Amino acid sequence: MSIENISAPQIDFNTPAQLRMRKFRALKDKLASGGIAFGGISVIVAIVLIFFYLLYEVMPLFQSAHVEPWQKNNQVVESYAAPGTGKTLYLSMEEQAEIGIRVSDLGEVVFFNTLNGSVIKSEQLNVPANVSITTLSTISDPLRQFAIGFSNGDALVIQHNYTSTYPDGNRVITPSLVYPLGEEPIHIGDKPLTLLGISHGEENWNLIGGDDTGLTQVKISVEENIMTGEVEISSESEALPNFNIKAHKLLLLPDRRWLMIAGRSKLAVVDLKAEDGAQTTQVIEATKGNITDFQMLLGGNAVLIGDDLGNISQWFLVRDEATDWKLTKIREFTGGTQPIVNLSIEHRRKGFASLDTEGTLRLFNTTAERNALTENIVDGTADRLSYAPRSNAMLIEKDGRLSLWAIHNEHPDVSWSALWDKVWYEGYEKPEYIWQSSAANNDFEPKYSLVPLAFGTLKAAFYAMLLGTPLALCGAIYTAYFMVPALRRKVKPFIELMEALPTVILGFLAGLWLAPFMEDKLAGIFIILLVVPIAIVAFGFLWAQVPDRIRFLIPEGWDAVLLVPVVILATLFSLFVSDGIESLLFGGDMRLWMSNELDIPFDQRNALVVGIAMGFAVIPTIFSITEDAIFAVPKHLSYGSLALGATPWQTLTRVVLPTASPGIFSALMIGMGRAVGETMIVLMATGNTPIMDMNIFEGMRTLAANIAVEMPESEVGSTHYRILFLAAFVLFMFTFVVNTLAELVRQRLRKKYGSL
Amino acid sequence: MRISFTEWTKSGSPWVWLNAGAVTICVIMVVGLLSLIAVRGLGHFWPADILQAKYSLNDNHSLVIGEIVESEQVPAEQLRDAGVIVPDGTKMMRRDLMKIGNRDVSGTDFTWVLDNSLSERSYPQMLFATERREWGNFYGYLRALKEGDTLVGQYPGYDKTPEYMALWTRFEASIQRALTIRKDIYQIEKHEIGAINYELERLRLKQRSLQLQDVVDPAPYASIEARRNELNASYEGLQQSLIDLYTEINRDSIVAEISDGQQIDIAVAKIVRAFRPNDMSVPDKLVHYAGKIWEFVSDDPREANTEGGIFPAIFGTVMMVILMSVLVTPFGVVAAVYLREYAKQGFMTRLIRIAVNNLAGVPSIVYGVFGLGFFVYFLGGNIDQLFFPEALPSPTFGTGGLMWASITLALLTVPVVIVATEEGLSRIPRAVREGSLALGATKAETLWKVVLPMASPAMMTGVILAIARAAGEVAPLMLVGVVKLAPSLPLDANYPFLHLDQKFMHLGFHIYDVGFQSPNVEAARPLVYATALLLVAVIALLNISAVQIRNHLREKYKSLEM
Repeated sequence: MSIENISAPQIDFNTPAQLRMRKFRALKDKLASGGIAFGGISVIVAIVLIFFYLLYEVMPLFQSAHVEPWQKNNQVVESYAAPGTGKTLYLSMEEQAEIGIRVSDLGEVVFFNTLNGSVIKSEQLNVPANVSITTLSTISDPLRQFAIGFSNGDALVIQHNYTSTYPDGNRVITPSLVYPLGEEPIHIGDKPLTLLGISHGEENWNLIGGDDTGLTQVKISVEENIMTGEVEISSESEALPNFNIKAHKLLLLPDRRWLMIAGRSKLAVVDLKAEDGAQTTQVIEATKGNITDFQMLLGGNAVLIGDDLGNISQWFLVRDEATDWKLTKIREFTGGTQPIVNLSIEHRRKGFASLDTEGTLRLFNTTAERNALTENIVDGTADRLSYAPRSNAMLIEKDGRLSLWAIHNEHPDVSWSALWDKVWYEGYEKPEYIWQSSAANNDFEPKYSLVPLAFGTLKAAFYAMLLGTPLALCGAIYTAYFMVPALRRKVKPFIELMEALPTVILGFLAGLWLAPFMEDKLAGIFIILLVVPIAIVAFGFLWAQVPDRIRFLIPEGWDAVLLVPVVILATLFSLFVSDGIESLLFGGDMRLWMSNELDIPFDQRNALVVGIAMGFAVIPTIFSITEDAIFAVPKHLSYGSLALGATPWQTLTRVVLPTASPGIFSALMIGMGRAVGETMIVLMATGNTPIMDMNIFEGMRTLAANIAVEMPESEVGSTHYRILFLAAFVLFMFTFVVNTLAELVRQRLRKKYGSL
Repeated sequence: MRISFTEWTKSGSPWVWLNAGAVTICVIMVVGLLSLIAVRGLGHFWPADILQAKYSLNDNHSLVIGEIVESEQVPAEQLRDAGVIVPDGTKMMRRDLMKIGNRDVSGTDFTWVLDNSLSERSYPQMLFATERREWGNFYGYLRALKEGDTLVGQYPGYDKTPEYMALWTRFEASIQRALTIRKDIYQIEKHEIGAINYELERLRLKQRSLQLQDVVDPAPYASIEARRNELNASYEGLQQSLIDLYTEINRDSIVAEISDGQQIDIAVAKIVRAFRPNDMSVPDKLVHYAGKIWEFVSDDPREANTEGGIFPAIFGTVMMVILMSVLVTPFGVVAAVYLREYAKQGFMTRLIRIAVNNLAGVPSIVYGVFGLGFFVYFLGGNIDQLFFPEALPSPTFGTGGLMWASITLALLTVPVVIVATEEGLSRIPRAVREGSLALGATKAETLWKVVLPMASPAMMTGVILAIARAAGEVAPLMLVGVVKLAPSLPLDANYPFLHLDQKFMHLGFHIYDVGFQSPNVEAARPLVYATALLLVAVIALLNISAVQIRNHLREKYKSLEM
């Protein structure tokens, strides 16, 4: 039988069933490739999305404002003739910017539709016969109050109110006028009132009026009878001394103590409550040019001066060393080179708008020192501009015509300098870094300096690294280089297990157990730092003296086990003598001694506690990577060194560590990344006060903890919300860059070992 | 062998010893931390003896009753400043923190006493402790038991006599009775009335939704109204039986004498359990201990989370982790497979690999911020507009909830799974794949039948590590849906059973909240330790199993490597 006779078994690989099967398999294969590629890419995209989403939320902060004519149903709202008669003295809008109010010098108050100027309601003020209106003074834009001065020396305080009703589901706003001090004018002096300054508290009103030759102050108290609801008004009047300044405008600050008188270029500050009657405390040459507008900023703590050189400056009272209040120029805004015509103050923020004679509109924010917009919107000199309460619209009057503009200026209060530079906040003695994002009152100046938070973050990370690095590095060196493999296999996973320990547990132990414990045994903690290393070295030396017979019972590489009782005893000893040392050296209580003698403030939850707890959290990270790096150093390098007669320690420091140094570096970087981003430990183990002090006995507030504390309460889309996103973005970028750096270093290291 | 100090120093030995010391310190720190949590956490449930002693301070004498919780040394100076008469010559004094309970009478649960001012210490057998639903623990002597206004039994003495024991037995029976009734009340309030309320709310939404769609046909409105009336009727019925049960449960009360001799009335309905620790043998105490631990893991919290159990927190954590793993496993594995098996290896993949690796190091709070902004406000807000307009303005998915928390944590842990799976895939020798391909299998078949089964332990490792990380993560959850007290579990008998939009409780957040936001931190602390112990145990277990699986995997494929 020969082979040739046997024909190969005929297998048809191409039966229809086989073909179908193969086609099906190919299809499946293709589908799998497609599906996996799609899934894989979408997961990666989702991850990348984090970066872009954070950026997307942050971006609006840095967009500049823009302004455009108001549009209704995609139709630009055209300008219209100012409704009513006479010259405009006052122009304002209600909350929705739907209704405007215009007060003319003939005493006509017109409420009009801001879109087309049609009159909604017109009222003639009670102006006596043969008397004309000589001045109008804005009391407060947010409260919608203003006052009118007459030529007979009387003044009338007026408030415009709006009520919304919803008949058949549509909002109808009804405007009305209210007279907080009654409809009868208040008599201030006998001369025509060309100057008027008014301010008030809950029930006390101060009105200062007059002309160049003299001012009179009228104090009015309004008491509402709780039972009858009747309003009782009592007043007293006093003439103020002559202040010898050719006055142009008055501003009475809301504390009713300070009167600011603007002259041609000078500014006089009058203390109304000085010991011996009202007196001028300062006369300042406020500008080089002439003052063209003089206004109070929201909250009435600061004043703004616009001049004919195009400069705008912000001033407020600052207490100097002699504890005298001095009006100080805080910052200057460049409003171009043309004279400023009018300033309009925002109702909810520390911002204002300026208009110059060329018709250029500028939007500013004082805290951020930011010019959010410069745009020429009308040709030639406009007369007046007025912000809507929500700062989303603005009325501009030019040559008797009004136009409505939409303002898109969501986040003017953020700028690089507001976030990262010292800012001179209202009421502070000097520029400072402060984080204070919210307060109870509306005219609060938010303080968004990220510096204290970044400082706190780095401080916490620094103390954590201070504790974690030596322990982790030394531990890793020993484990990788000296320890016997049997023990190493046990110790390494054990320390790595720590990495998985939830930080909330570390934080809770740090805050509730360690902080009070440390406060109690403060001296002991420092004695531990001293005693434990000494005890370890001493034990090592003694061990070297022990006869070989005993010493060799425990082979080399088991030293760490021998040290367990030593470390425990040294620690217990330190804690035991803690109380004694404290009463011996520090009068019984080290923290009292420190705050009294050394003037070091002490918080129970302080940086030391955070350092220990967070050091604990970073040890496993650093330990694990360092250990790997050292262990990966090729053995023949160290054998070579040892063979040449170097001691193990010399081999380690001269050969092994330099080779492993990039790995160690990357371990430190990753450890630091972890310390920077840690939230729960800092949240629980510090007082979370955003202070800037390197003192180890005080707390801090970190970026991460700040986000955790404030994020749930911040309003979606607000500046605060976006700044918290910015904080998250900063954290993200910081850790990402640090980790990438570490990773690149580590990859290079791997390549290097490959060649060895 | 004698060796001089200089010689010894020269050899570098001190440094070696210091390095060894660092390892020792690290290990001792870990062990110390774990044992601290364990001791404090487990110790809490042990029925401690109640001390009765005469306390004399500055010639004021009083009787104190309570458990000594901890002791500390205080400088005598400080005490003198506080106006305490301290014998001359003493520098330090021992001070004990006593849990005296009876917060309704004394205003505080705890008090500090000077140890040496306690005299005539005794542990009377008849002193009893009760855990109550309000006002914390009560310590005192049982004096009388009342059913309504009728006196069932009383005993004025302090000794263990048969009469006293009889009274005690009746008291215990009365507690049992109250507990049984409470179970019925709970059943009605939580489940039956809860279900009715839930359905009523759904009906309201249905009606609102009809209105929003401008449906004018009265038929659906009528059927809703009919069902509503039906539900209201059964609600009335349940309400009546509830009232009956409440009169029943409020029948009994006891009179007890406290340390200053006052007689206090306590409603039996308010008592969770009563026991006499000084009269308990060790086996008795063990039984009590086991009962307490069971209560801890299976019961709802009481008294603003400072007493009772943590079952809802355990349940919430488990639910969230399960949902998260369901999400993270397929996505993580697919991404890893794509990166390792399908994508063209080059600069791009290297970059992505580094990026994915580093995302594991991005602070978790950043993920929380992202989750809140993108998932909750952006996605959730849009989902509400599209699918739940009837519930607006109250948000359904536009607020933190179980789903968003799970997705956020899935995103947080997906790098862990990707990295672990990739490592597993890279360990599979080329030869295996090539063998499969050479036999004619397609790439997908190779992947599905050969590669993935071999890499499955690595995936398991990744998922377990992800779970361990997710279970311990708190910071992002604070932003996306964890609450201190959830009214109901996210999984219940009401359609659609799994409530993804519901807020939930979480063990880690429970620790933070009870430890730091609780009004009565001192009383809550032991419970926090116990919770921490549970969390550590779960996470350690998960990690150890991950390590075991990894080692097992390495052993398995060692032979394949060339």
